[in-house]
This record gives sequence, C-alpha cells and structure tokens, in this order.
Amino acid sequence: MWVQIEKVVLEAKERTAKIPEDTLKCDYIMRLNGILIEGEAVKGNEVIIKTLTGRTITGTFKERLPEYGHDFGKPVEELLHIGPVHRKMLEEENNG
Amino acid sequence: MDKSYDAVMSRKNEIMKKAMGLDYSDFQINDMAFDYEKMMTKAGLPIDEIRKIQLSNKVGNTPLFELKNITRLVRKTSEKGKGARIFLKDEAANASGSFKARRASVSAYMAKKHGYKGIVAATSGNYGAAVASQAAIYNLGCIILQEVFDSRFKGQPEIIEKTRKCEAYGAEVIQLSVGPELFYCLLDVLEDTGYFNASLYTPFGIAGVETLGYELSMQCKDITGKFPENVVITHAGGGNLTGTARGIKKAGGNSKVIGASVDLHGLHMASDNDFNKKSFTTGHTGFGIPFATWPDRVDVPKNAARPLRYMEKYLTVSQVEVFFTTELLSQVEGMERGPAGNTSLAAAIALSRELPEDEIIVVQETEYTSAGKHPSAQLTFAKENGIDVKVGDPRDNVPGKNIIIPENISQLGYKEIPIDKLRKTYLKNIKKNYGYIDTKTKENVDFLTAELNINADRLAQLIQEVF
Ligand SMILES: Cc1ncc(COP(=O)(O)O)c(C=O)c1O
Repeated sequence: MWVQIEKVVLEAKERTAKIPEDTLKCDYIMRLNGILIEGEAVKGNEVIIKTLTGRTITGTFKERLPEYGHDFGKPVEELLHIGPVHRKMLEEENNG
Repeated sequence: MDKSYDAVMSRKNEIMKKAMGLDYSDFQINDMAFDYEKMMTKAGLPIDEIRKIQLSNKVGNTPLFELKNITRLVRKTSEKGKGARIFLKDEAANASGSFKARRASVSAYMAKKHGYKGIVAATSGNYGAAVASQAAIYNLGCIILQEVFDSRFKGQPEIIEKTRKCEAYGAEVIQLSVGPELFYCLLDVLEDTGYFNASLYTPFGIAGVETLGYELSMQCKDITGKFPENVVITHAGGGNLTGTARGIKKAGGNSKVIGASVDLHGLHMASDNDFNKKSFTTGHTGFGIPFATWPDRVDVPKNAARPLRYMEKYLTVSQVEVFFTTELLSQVEGMERGPAGNTSLAAAIALSRELPEDEIIVVQETEYTSAGKHPSAQLTFAKENGIDVKVGDPRDNVPGKNIIIPENISQLGYKEIPIDKLRKTYLKNIKKNYGYIDTKTKENVDFLTAELNINADRLAQLIQEVF
C-alpha cells in the first residue's frame, strides 16, 4: 500500500536557526511517501514505511494514495487580451 | 549515533567531505581567499569531455531559435532603428526539461564513477527533477529534499509539480515545511545513506553549465555570422550565470553578461506567512541578491557559483511581466514554456527596445511548463491567496499584494540594480563574516578584484566608500 507519513523533525521550541518569528512559531515537519510495511493504516497511527530508495522510516500515518493536487487552475480572463492585441499588431505591420 | 540537530550540524564538514570526495582545503589560500580557478580545473573536467558525457546522457545540443514575431513587435513599439534581434535557447529540450540537466549530469557521472550507490540533492526546483532524471539514466538511488508547504500544509503548486516529477523519475522525495533546517535533514540523509551530495554549488555542477554558454555562442555564430553582443541569463543562486559566462569565454566570445531576476522585494524567503504569496519559486531577487553578495551561504564550503565575477548588468522585472511574456511567447511564437526562462525573456524584450536593430540578444534558456507552473495555475493560486489580479499599468505592482497585467508589449520595462551596489554589499559581507577586510597582501587583493571583476584602484575606492 502506497502511503504518506508525517514526522515532526523539530518542534517549534527546538528551532534555533535564524528565521523570522512567524516561522519560529511552527513545528518543522516532514512528509514522506512509501510502501506501508508495518502498522495499521489509520490516521494518527505510528507506522513504518519503505521508501523508494529502500530506507525504512517510522512516522505518523497520514493517508493512503497521497494526491499531488496541483493543476492548471482556472482560465485567467486578465490574460485573454494578450494574444488578440499582439496578433493584430503583427497583422497591421504586414499590411503597412 | 547522536542524531540531534546540534550533533548532526557539528559533523557537517566530515559528512560533506565523504559525500563529495572533495577536500576544499586544497584550494584555500588563507582565511578569506581561495584559488577559484584551481578549484574549477582540479575538481572538474575539460569542457569537451563534459560535452561528450552530456550528449550521451540526453543533455545539451538544444536548439537556438530566433523569436521573429516578438522582435517585430518590439520594433513596432520602439524608436526607429531600435529593437535588437532576440534569440532563445530552448533548454526545455534537455531530458528533464531545463538547463539544470547540465548541472546534474556531471555530478551523476562523478557519483557513478566513484562508486556511490546514489545521489542526494536539496532543492525545491528544476534541479531535483534533473538529478532524478540523471539518476534514472545511471541507475543510481536518488533522494531529493524539498521545501514544499507552509504551516497550513498548503503546498506551492510549482513545487508540488517538482515532487511529482522527481517521483516520476523514481526518486524518493522528502517534503519539508518552510525553514533553513532543510540543511540538517540533508546532512542526516547523507550520513544515513552514504550517497553522493549533488549540491547545486560544486565545481561539477557549474562546469556542467559551461557547455550552455559555449553552445549558444557557437550556434549564434553559425546562424548569424557573429557572437551575440548580449546574453540575458535568469539569475537566482548564480550557477546559471556563472557557468554560462565561463562557457561564453571558452567559446571565444565576449558577450555582455546580463543577469535578470523577478523582483520580489519585501517578501521574506524563510517566512511561513510569505511562502505562498510568491508566484515564483526561483529566478527571483530573494535568491539573486543574497547569493550574488554572499555566495558561500550554501551547503558546500566554497560555492563554485560566483556571479559577481561575471555579471555586467543586473535587471529586474515584475512577476506580472513574466506572466505576460509567457502568454506572449505562446500566442505569437507558438511556444509554451515555464516561468524561470521567461524571466530573462521579459527583461530581453525591454532591453531590445533600447538597442540597435543589428545587435543580438540571446536569452539563454527556456524551461518546461506544466500543471502548477503554468500562469493559469499560479494566477489562480495567487487569487486564492488574496492577491488582487487585474489589467493595467504594471509599474503599480506590489509583490505579495497585487498583480497588474500589462495591456501590451510597450509597457514592459526593467529596473536596474547597479552592480556597484552589489559589490559594496559583498564587501560588507566579507567584513561581517571575517571581522575585517585585509587588502595589504597581493593574494587578498587578487582574490577580491577577481571576485568583484574590478581593478585594484576601484577596489580601494569601493572600500573607502563603504567603510
Ligand atoms: C529553469 C531555471 N532557470 C534559472 C534558474 C536560476 O539558476 P541559478 O539558481 O543557478 O541562478 C533556475 C533555478 O534556480 C531554474 O530552475
């Protein structure tokens, strides 16, 4: 089963790097995908996965088949004029 | 073994030495000065050999296209006799979709040759995809560490696309939240796996980019009978500019080396809040200025990317001008390409308007585009993050607040950051990091004048102006 786990690498109070205050308030978190090899696939459970390079890593089960979720978004009306405006300029140039 | 933050960080030097097989103390002259050229030759390979390695591994020999319609549009909106010819090197044609394949190729070759079982890179950008692609070709294990999401677990769409692409090439991707502690995770992974550190900033990486400057010079000469007068290079960490400039020299050219970045002033790079207010994840001033003025802020002891040695002009454009240019490139040149390459194209359009018709500008790269990278993806994401998007005068843009799309090409412009300003910041950083600037010895003067690409008199003048 291809799953994603989560781990807190550093808790907010353990962070000592020179970073802005808003970032300092957050835990430093890792997410990692791999094949579930031990533990039950229940949200919040501690499980072990085998990663694509064969490492075994322990973490909190997050989800099965993690989705990338990015896309092309919606058409952007504010860009629609660019093609027509410049094609017209090129056409005028050809004619004159 | 103690794997705590402090313990791992304190083993930094030994971990890195093992992970690269490079001892940087070989190049050190004193505290401050080191022999850059010695580092580049000793650690690297001759350019002909690199070309051979790249060509047999799906890298290089990308086409150089003339953008005739864009040039015509520039001339139509410029003073008579102005409007330099614009050429574009289609680096998206490299196996992984960007020039970063050149940079990864030498590292992957070295890793394989020296018997490493795999390679690791800390990068949220195209470089991860490039390393993963080369690792696939050489059948090496591959781990990429990325800064992907903020504390709400909202991922930057362009970086999520890189996660996908790395996994598509079989790499393991470690996804991290905002913060420089990525470096700690990198050291931890290198120590655990014994893999090769394919840092972006090694001499191998930068030598790999030299072929880009070399090729574009030769191709331009083939097509037009002369080397280009101007080469515009999208600049972030400085490797693109440094490698390209060195390659141009190796080809015998003397093109003006012009850096271009997206202006992201006011947005902090390590801020959780600002992380998703940016529509660009690289090629911007948030990297461009700090890396030019203090290259050694990286994961290797001495950065081989040292842009102030070569940069003659530094131009910035707004995010919106790059979106506009991306759309224009699709609509009038029939090429859909990604954001970073189009940054230098946006600057080149504005620059072309000031230069005579018989001059040539080469825009030295494109990158692939995709879900997450495309303007529609980024502008939809920006709107969701509360950024105001509208058509109008792009000069009213405020990064992180609004995005105002120009009506037509005549509104594209650039801002120039004087190189002397960057040089002065560099000198301040030398003083900050070493506690002093000592110009009594010849070796220090030689080092600093080479670092800043100026003569000794000018160095003395700048030092006097700064301190
Ligand atoms: C496609 C592309 N162009 C340009 C750059 C800038 O290169 P550099 O970081 O070497 O300045 C990057 C990476 O950051 C990139 O991925």
